[in-house]
Formats: sequence, structure tokens, C-alpha cells
Amino acid sequence: MDDTKRYERLRERFQNGDISRRNFFGLLGAAGAAYGLQMPFARQAFAQSDVSQVRFDGWGGVVSEAFRKFAFDPYTEKTGITVVDGTFPGGDEYLALVRASQPGEYNIAHLSGVFDYARYASFDLTSELNVANIPNMANVMPALMDAFKSITPDSLSAAPYDYGTTGLAYNRKFIFDEEMKEKGAKILIDEKYKGKIGGWGDWRTRMWYAALQTGQDPNNIQDTEAAWEAVRKHRDLALKYWASGAELMSLLAEEEIHVTEGWSGRIFALQEQGHDIGYYDPPNGFGWQECLFVLRGSPMSACEELLNFMLDKETSIAVAEGQNYPPALDPTKVDLGDKIPTLPAFDPTGTLSGLTFANPAYWNGNEAEWSKEFGRVQRGY
Amino acid sequence: MSIEQREARQPWILLTPALTAIVLLLIVPLMFIIVYSFWLKSAAGADTPGFFLDNWQEALTDPFYRDILLNTLKIAAVTTVACALLGYPAAYFIARSKGNRLVLLVLLMLPFWISYIIRTMSWINILGVSGALNSAMIWIGVIDEPIQMLYNETTVILGLVHFLLPFMVLNIFVSLEGIDTNLEDAANSLGATRWQGFLQVTLPLSLPGLAAGGLLCFVLAAGTYITPVILGGPRDAMFANLVYEAIIRQLNWPLGSALSLMLLVVLGVLVLIYNRYLGMAQLAKGLG
Repeated sequence: MDDTKRYERLRERFQNGDISRRNFFGLLGAAGAAYGLQMPFARQAFAQSDVSQVRFDGWGGVVSEAFRKFAFDPYTEKTGITVVDGTFPGGDEYLALVRASQPGEYNIAHLSGVFDYARYASFDLTSELNVANIPNMANVMPALMDAFKSITPDSLSAAPYDYGTTGLAYNRKFIFDEEMKEKGAKILIDEKYKGKIGGWGDWRTRMWYAALQTGQDPNNIQDTEAAWEAVRKHRDLALKYWASGAELMSLLAEEEIHVTEGWSGRIFALQEQGHDIGYYDPPNGFGWQECLFVLRGSPMSACEELLNFMLDKETSIAVAEGQNYPPALDPTKVDLGDKIPTLPAFDPTGTLSGLTFANPAYWNGNEAEWSKEFGRVQRGY
Repeated sequence: MSIEQREARQPWILLTPALTAIVLLLIVPLMFIIVYSFWLKSAAGADTPGFFLDNWQEALTDPFYRDILLNTLKIAAVTTVACALLGYPAAYFIARSKGNRLVLLVLLMLPFWISYIIRTMSWINILGVSGALNSAMIWIGVIDEPIQMLYNETTVILGLVHFLLPFMVLNIFVSLEGIDTNLEDAANSLGATRWQGFLQVTLPLSLPGLAAGGLLCFVLAAGTYITPVILGGPRDAMFANLVYEAIIRQLNWPLGSALSLMLLVVLGVLVLIYNRYLGMAQLAKGLG
């Protein structure tokens, strides 16, 4: 019996004189109070069966626009489930938000790197996907899947979605391609460009590039003091540490800076807009893969359905073309069309053997010390 | 219950919603922060609950935090002085204008209708290499190449002054409006020049408003973190940025809690000193 029927019966009894006015209003009040009390808890209890919306958080800008246009709106049209999308400027900020939230408040995140997957696992924020409900996962490159399986061998909490690089972006009006290739990562500590250099204010990227500038393996930095010295040198020459993809694009487009490291997809977007910005991946450039991570306490069926929808060949290619990051789909299995093979970092072999990814154990192991040290170095120490 | 008892209870009944909100939204979270400041961050995973003094020891003895705190107080002080110097003439003009005072006050309040972040970012379009100022100077022929004006401590202070100036003007305006203009006329009739009348009569009487505006500007400037992020260079940071970085970037909530309490204590002491000598009534008047 639904609530409307219950109310009609009660009103009938009141009108027939079976119950007094006082009791009628008392019962109505009690029903209202009971409804109000059960709502917050019921939301979680019914989360698995009665889902009307899923929350998705991503990097904002052109990336989120592509998700909205090519994935979320068609998904809502097909299923009736609304996708509420939020944005974050960086993975650290988002992790802090998730840690302060209740399970189920945040559902799916567009996380970066295997080290993020490992961090979420260490904070017990993982979920358990039923891969059988995501048949399109079969088209994903095994190399991307294996990275996650090495962290959570018995279960999977995320679907790989795209990949890219953090390479060197430069204004070709001021820096020629030959000079960029010759200097590589060291161009970011070249006195010649003092005041026209930018950089992401992210400790991992700063240390990764410091390793390249000091001729070290980014996944095994032996001389950390030399690396910090390179970070200091870059800090003294830089005009600005950018904090988001939008700021990166603005600084380059407005010619505030002439060279910085940048995200491959964002730089491609600038090139598409007509800006003469070059992009160069130096040897051992920072490669990364992004995933759609389902957080603990999320409505799994709806999330799995959304993941499957997003991994569908048509959706995945449309999103990739909008974001300018190659999709996680295996190019040896799926025809990715004309544009994707032209995107920076695209690997036609599907093995990604040409890219250098951050070793999650190494970088997460140094996170506490290096993130703190970077805060000091950044301020002049 | 007697009438006296009922009357005695009435203020407390009326205050209950406000007190409940203060306890739940301010006191309880503050207690959480205090407790958190004695926990320890684990290398990975959950923090370690307990009573550890490590965070406090680090916050109080590390010169890094002391230097940034002193720099923050310096920036806040410079901002406050700039606001006072720019705000006093504006407030005086509004207080002494007759027909268009309402229009001027509405104009003063207009910036509050736009987000603080948007207002701060607007400086990028004004002072940037391709911004309005550089474009205008190149067009006029004053310069050939754009000048790099953004992303330094000066632009941080500029952004803060832009944000805080209305607070200063409002406080001084309230104070000036309460001064009987006949006092200046009396000073003039006794032989004082207009400038002497202002210096010896109006300015001293308006000092409580100036002090209230100064306190507000100082406290708000010292607690900001957005302005250095948007308008500052790599080195520019204020103490709130360290709190943000400890909590958000380093996920070190215990240390971030200790740092935020440290800033709270420093600014709290300033408010107490102000209250001791000037009282909070003027501040309430300015805010009202």
C-alpha cells in the first residue's frame, strides 16, 4: 500500500468520525516526522536498488565538457539516471574531499595514474566491480589493466579510460623545435627564459622533471639533493606555478609564459584553437594513465552500467576526440578512427611500452617526505 | 513561575538558536581540530589517534613556519595601511556628500555582488602581458614591449586591497557619520584652518572606525589563501596556504590542524588586544 492510499484511508476514517481531529492531526504529524527521520538513512539503504543519480568528479575544462556532451547526457537519456559532475584541480585535493565525506557521497572519479589507485586502496576507499557487468572492458588494453591488478589482485575498483603525457609545451614564436629537442627538460632551467617559464605546482611533476634535468631515472632518483637543487633553480626562473589545466592554457595562450611542462591533451586543444604551441615528449617524459575509479559505498549496478556505457567504442572515441587524450581501448582490437592516431602520446601497438609511467610503490613511498619538502622549496628554502 | 523568572529566561530562549548554531558549527568543529592537532599522520592510510606533541613542536620550533607567519603578518599590515590610506578619503567624501550619498554607498557595495575569486582574477586581464594596461601603454607608445607586472608580492597586496577596501571604507564612514559637523565649524571659528580642524577634531574622533576597519582588514588579509594562489609567483605564500597544503596536498590533517590553530591564536590575540583598548562595539557598528 502506498503513502497516498494510507492518507486517503485515514482521512476517510476522520471524516466518518472514527477518529478525533486531534488523533488525525497527531497521526499526520507522526507520519511526517517518521518520513523526515528515515530519509537520510534510507538514501544509503536504498542506494543499491533505487538510484536516480550518480556523482562523477573530473578535471574540469575541456575534459569535463567532453564527458558531459558525449557520455553523461546520452547515458541519462538512455537510462534516466542523472550524472552530477563535479570538478577538482588535482588528485590530492579530491582525495582530501573524499576522506572527509561519507561513503556514497562521491561515486566515480577520473583519477590519474596507478599511484592514485594505490593511494585510494591504502585508504580503504576501494569498491569491487563485477567485471561481468562491464563487457566493454574486454576491449581495454591489457597493459593498463595489469597495472591495477598488481595492486588489488583479487578485485578491481576502476576501469582504465585514457592515457597521456606531461611533456614540454612551448611557444614556437619564441622557441624553435630544434632548440627544444636539443635542450629537452633542461630548457625549464635555462636562464635565457627567466620569467617566461611555467610549471605545475605539483611535487611529483616537479621531482620527475628535476630527475630528467639531472640525468636521473625518474623512478629511481639516487641523488635527491641534486634533484631538489634543480627544483629550486626552476622555481627561481619560473614566473608562475599553474594550478589547473585552464590556467596552463591561459598562461600559454596569453604569452605570459613561453615554456612549461603541460598535459598533452590540453596542449593539443590549444593547437586546435590556432595557437602556435609546440609539444615535445622528452626521453623518459611523464606518462600516465587515467581511470574511472568507483569509490566505496557507491551504487555499484548504476556505476558499472555507466562504466560500460563510457567504455563503449562509440562513446569512448567521442570522449577521447573531445578531450584529446587517447582512449584505453586496444587499437589492435578497435578501429579508433582518424583523429585519435594523431593525438600526442598515442601508441598504435597497444602495449604502451614507449611511455614511462610512475612506479606507484616508489612515488607513494616518497610522498610524505617529498610533498612536504616541496612545500618548503617552493617558498624559497 | 514568577514574572522576574520568566523575564530572566527570555533572553536565553531567544539566544538558543544562535548559541546552538555557534556550538555546533564553530565550537564543536574547533574541538575536533584541537583533538586532531595531537594525532599523527601515518605514512599511508589512516592517521594515528593519541596525544602526541610532534605537530605542535614542529609548528612552533621550525623557522619555516615562523618566517611565513611573519611574512603573512607583514603583508596583512601593508594591506591594512594601504586600505586605510585609500579608504579614509573615500569614506570622508561619502560622509560629507549630501545628495548622492546613497548612490555612493550602493557603488561601494557593488563589488560584493561579484565573487571574490572573479574579482581577484580580473587583475590578470588588467595587468597581464596581453592585459588592458599593457595594451593601452603600447597603443599610446609609452612602451614597446609589455611589462611583466603580475605574479609577485605587490600584485598579491593589490588583490587584497581590492578585496578589503570596502570593509575599511564602511567602518570609517560609520564613524565619520556619527561626528557632529558643528565641531569642525567650531574649530574653524576658533581660528583653526580646515586642515587643523580635520587633524585635531575629525581624525581623532574617527579613529575607532579606522581601528575597527584596520582590524577587519588585517584579520581577513592574514587568513586569505586564494589571492596568493591566483596573483602570486612560485614563492609567494601566506600562512593559510601552508594550512591548505598540509591538509589538501600532503594529506597531513594533524599538522594542518596545529598550523590553523596557531594562526587562530595569533589573530585571536590581536582581536583581544583590540577589544581591551577599543571594545567590540565599534566593530559591530561598522559591520551593521
